[in-house]
Amino acid sequence: MVNIIWAGLAAIGIIYALFNGTMEEVNEAVFTGAEEAVALTITLVSVLVFWLGLMQIAEEAGLLDKLAKLFRPLFTRLFPEIPPDHPAMGYILSNFSSNIFGLGHAATPFGIKAMQSLKKLNNNRTDASRSMITFLALNTSSVTLIPTTMIAIRMKYDSIAPTEIVGATIMATLVSTVGALLIDRFFYYRRQRSL
Amino acid sequence: MLVQFSNMVIPLLILSVLLYGTYKKVPTYEAFVEGGKEGVAMAVSLLPFLLGMLVSITIFRASGALDAFVHLLEPVLAVFHIPPDIVPLALTRPISGTASLGVATDIIQNEGPDSFLGKLASTMQGSTDTTLYVLTVYFGAVQIKKMGDALKVGLLADLIGITASLIICYILFS
Repeated sequence: MVNIIWAGLAAIGIIYALFNGTMEEVNEAVFTGAEEAVALTITLVSVLVFWLGLMQIAEEAGLLDKLAKLFRPLFTRLFPEIPPDHPAMGYILSNFSSNIFGLGHAATPFGIKAMQSLKKLNNNRTDASRSMITFLALNTSSVTLIPTTMIAIRMKYDSIAPTEIVGATIMATLVSTVGALLIDRFFYYRRQRSL
Repeated sequence: MLVQFSNMVIPLLILSVLLYGTYKKVPTYEAFVEGGKEGVAMAVSLLPFLLGMLVSITIFRASGALDAFVHLLEPVLAVFHIPPDIVPLALTRPISGTASLGVATDIIQNEGPDSFLGKLASTMQGSTDTTLYVLTVYFGAVQIKKMGDALKVGLLADLIGITASLIICYILFS
């Protein structure tokens, strides 16, 4: 499905440009899009190196294990296929905690480490396991309590109450997270039935 | 208050990890360097995934196809009381975080951060994450080829989040 979306977006764009004389913009887009990706990768290098380094310290000090113990009851229900003491659980919890504080950039390295452990749990197969899909659902619905970026942008444009949207954001994020987890369960049971 | 708290989260997190690591006699600097090495390889392995996706999305946006699509939807939107100005944000939110942040910033700049649209854009941008980015980065990093139901689940969750933002903002701000 991602193949169709990927090819479709570019193909529709080019065909549209063909009939509407926006080919020059499309030409430019090929290069600006690629440049943006490289710029994003450089940002990712700085963020990933720092947080993975810090995480290594936390791991060796046993901090991840402690965090995992705290939230274990809730997350063993969400991820029934992960053994409670498995490192994947610790990474998922660190990813979750970073997202809560609106630290998207800090959440990414934890998320990738979580995925690597989940893949090992899935015997290194290249198809997505049940836990991986649940983990993605949790992440794309993003459990944010403090939308740091949006508060910053609102301040930049002289809002009289930059944090006014926090309540609305928390409500919306809760609805979408609960919704995402329910949809995930629905698709899981549908897969089970079709087997 | 909340902003100050947000500003303190990262430094305090770093402080606690460093203090706790030292207390537990972890060779902190060596552990940091060891862990950090992984970061370089990880980011570089992500580049092709990000580049492919960004080029495709930028072409779609730059050609004017995105605007045309939004224009086409306008009659349907009127029925559901959805302001047309918010549609580009709702459509870009699941596919590109940087693009949707650009759209949201644009709305806030033009309509004012304290207008209804400004607040709606802030809530929408803040309450969900970019499904396609999360999928690309997380599945890309571990070379998952068959995504199963992940994309469907993610996009449906986005739809719920966007609808929820709209309803909640109507109740709270209008």
